Amino acid sequence: MKGYRKYFGKKIFWFVLTFIAAVILNFILPRLMPADPVASITGKLAGGNTDAQAVAQIYERYQEEFGTNLPMHQQFFKFVKNAIHGNFGLSFSQYPRSVSDIISSAIGWTIALQLPAILVGWLLGNLLGALAAYIRKGFDKVLLPVSLFLSNVPAFGMAVVLLVVFGVYLKVAPTAGGYAFDMIPHLSWDFIKSVISHYQLPFWSIVLVSIGGQAVGMRSMSIYELNADYVKYSRFLGIKDRKIVGYVFRNAMLPQVTGLALSIGTMVGGALVAEIIFSYPGLGSTMYSAVTSADYPLISATTLIITVMVLIVTFLLDIIYGFIDPRVKAAQFE
Amino acid sequence: MKNTIKQVFHSPKFVGGFVIFVAILLTMIIYPLFNPGNPLQQVSVGTFARPGTYVSLYDATKATSNTLRLPDADEKRVAASLSAEDRVAMVEYFTTMGIDISELDTEDTDALLQMWDDNYDPSVRPKGMTSAKVNYYKRLNTSLQDLKSGDTLVIAEEVDGELVESKKITTTDYVRTGAVANVKTLPLGTDNFGRDVLKELVSATGTSILIGLIAGVVATLIGLTFGLLAGYVGGFLDDFIMFITNIFTVIPGFVLLILITYSIGQEQRGAAVVATVIGLTGWTWTARSVRSQVISLRNRDHVNLSKLSGHSLIRIILTDILPYIASYVVMAFILQVSSGILAEAQLSMLGLGPQTTKVPTLGLMMNWAMLYSAHTNGSWWAYFPVILVITLISFSLNLMNTGLDQVFNPTLRD
Repeated sequence: MKGYRKYFGKKIFWFVLTFIAAVILNFILPRLMPADPVASITGKLAGGNTDAQAVAQIYERYQEEFGTNLPMHQQFFKFVKNAIHGNFGLSFSQYPRSVSDIISSAIGWTIALQLPAILVGWLLGNLLGALAAYIRKGFDKVLLPVSLFLSNVPAFGMAVVLLVVFGVYLKVAPTAGGYAFDMIPHLSWDFIKSVISHYQLPFWSIVLVSIGGQAVGMRSMSIYELNADYVKYSRFLGIKDRKIVGYVFRNAMLPQVTGLALSIGTMVGGALVAEIIFSYPGLGSTMYSAVTSADYPLISATTLIITVMVLIVTFLLDIIYGFIDPRVKAAQFE
Repeated sequence: MKNTIKQVFHSPKFVGGFVIFVAILLTMIIYPLFNPGNPLQQVSVGTFARPGTYVSLYDATKATSNTLRLPDADEKRVAASLSAEDRVAMVEYFTTMGIDISELDTEDTDALLQMWDDNYDPSVRPKGMTSAKVNYYKRLNTSLQDLKSGDTLVIAEEVDGELVESKKITTTDYVRTGAVANVKTLPLGTDNFGRDVLKELVSATGTSILIGLIAGVVATLIGLTFGLLAGYVGGFLDDFIMFITNIFTVIPGFVLLILITYSIGQEQRGAAVVATVIGLTGWTWTARSVRSQVISLRNRDHVNLSKLSGHSLIRIILTDILPYIASYVVMAFILQVSSGILAEAQLSMLGLGPQTTKVPTLGLMMNWAMLYSAHTNGSWWAYFPVILVITLISFSLNLMNTGLDQVFNPTLRD
């Protein structure tokens, strides 16, 4: 048990350090952008006002509200203090909405879109990959090139092709937004129907791309395991084929589970482009508009969410792997 | 070495990928020889000219003509100038006149015109029809009669403020395309700037592959160095390198890219700079996997022997470790190239790509097509070939990679 404690202690130490460094970088990088968003807000609100003194007052008033008049390090401590309470300040581009408000309205859409899409793509892909490895012959000959090709279609390409074919030509699904533009989100049958129809294209564009990648990965892992010595030995012993296949796929799953966890961790950044193309009201679109309008409180907060999600997932994976596969832990102490 | 290469070229997957990739490279080299010139030159005025062969109307009227009597020429001419609205309007007329149209096919121009000739009567004013509509039908009828009678067109030139007839064109005059001085084929039309899409696409493919190569080299070098050091030296250096790697993994790469983009300014943002930046943010997984490969190698007997012989760190890494992971590094490099091309495309789609006016890249073409909503106005030629080319490059590279993997890892073989 002492080995585990030392292993985890070391892991936790480096993860905390990574987390701190990541928070600092997430804070500083967007703020180094040479644009002055406060000035642009002032310009918008003081539009037409020629009284220089009044404009200067408005500018100072906003500087105070956004806290940009403080030196960088004081801004940082204020940011951290507020962030712990879930307060990321006010957004520049969507003033006077707060960043937390914008994010909480967007994150639901992203999770509702991505999580099922990632899971469905992963399940279908692995199933197909395992089948291809087991059946081989014709099925594999067709499936491998097709899934390799699918997995190489860029996410935005798949999104655009689906949009054009099903949205523009066949007109079976709407092309933009999370729900009909003339609706206000509320709980009713019409609204749910609208959400579901808007959901189809972004959902399938993510699923199709991920099916390909997962199938290729699972297929080669399964072939690798099927050729392993223990399989030959089990066959030799006369163990039933079904039981061997069970063992093989359990072993082949391990790296696939890692892949699943990582894609859940990076899901916000992962489908950024798909969300932008379908103007889906999720975090990806939010981040895109934040970037284009130099809205750094919003950029910091969204990238922080991604960072924390990725960190947590990699951390959990490391811990779980330490338990599942002692070789990983042992490798650290060689 | 020779044997390995021979083995590699026996793998059908590698050969398949290699052939596609070489075909793309050859097109990139050969096409500009046949169609030289600046790919960014604006050919057409206006956006999204359809693909096809464009014949200069001016030159065609000047060229010597032959007379051809083709049986279906009149019908084709009328069909082409009869718009869908006109067809619907004609059917509407028949219904208001109470004519049986159950057997009429609006696409069949012959039948439609026959019925029109039989039934249209300009002197009758159907009940309830506005006079605007009545006049519309009169005009429609006149233009239909004109089209069928094959009026002669007169080309006139202006001489001293007067129009002087210089040529008459009848419906049976034909001009051979070879006789027209200016004929331009645009196989993929033009884009939103009026540039020749095919020419731009060929040049963009070259730039994008170059971007991929630069990004791949940068990423592989950094990843390899870090992976070798972390894996072989271990200890604190390992922890520290993994710490840096983790930071680069968890901070979304494009946040770094935005910062660099803004700070170097659009003026400086050439393809090479963007490629280097992509390489600088994409090396992490190479470092991780090289590290784990090296960890499994570092306690092998031959490495220990070198250590005992007092060989230097650099020498051990170069002669005892690197050759064992060389095949792996080649495969990682191929994947880095393909992900570099993808990264450029994604960056450009966010408006953070190289400067538009200097070089065409696949991502920039995609970005502009989207900004001018080519996907909703039906201009498929502006974006679909781009998606196809990106997919094919990435597909061919990955196919080569899979082939190599099967050659170097015999357990993966079919």
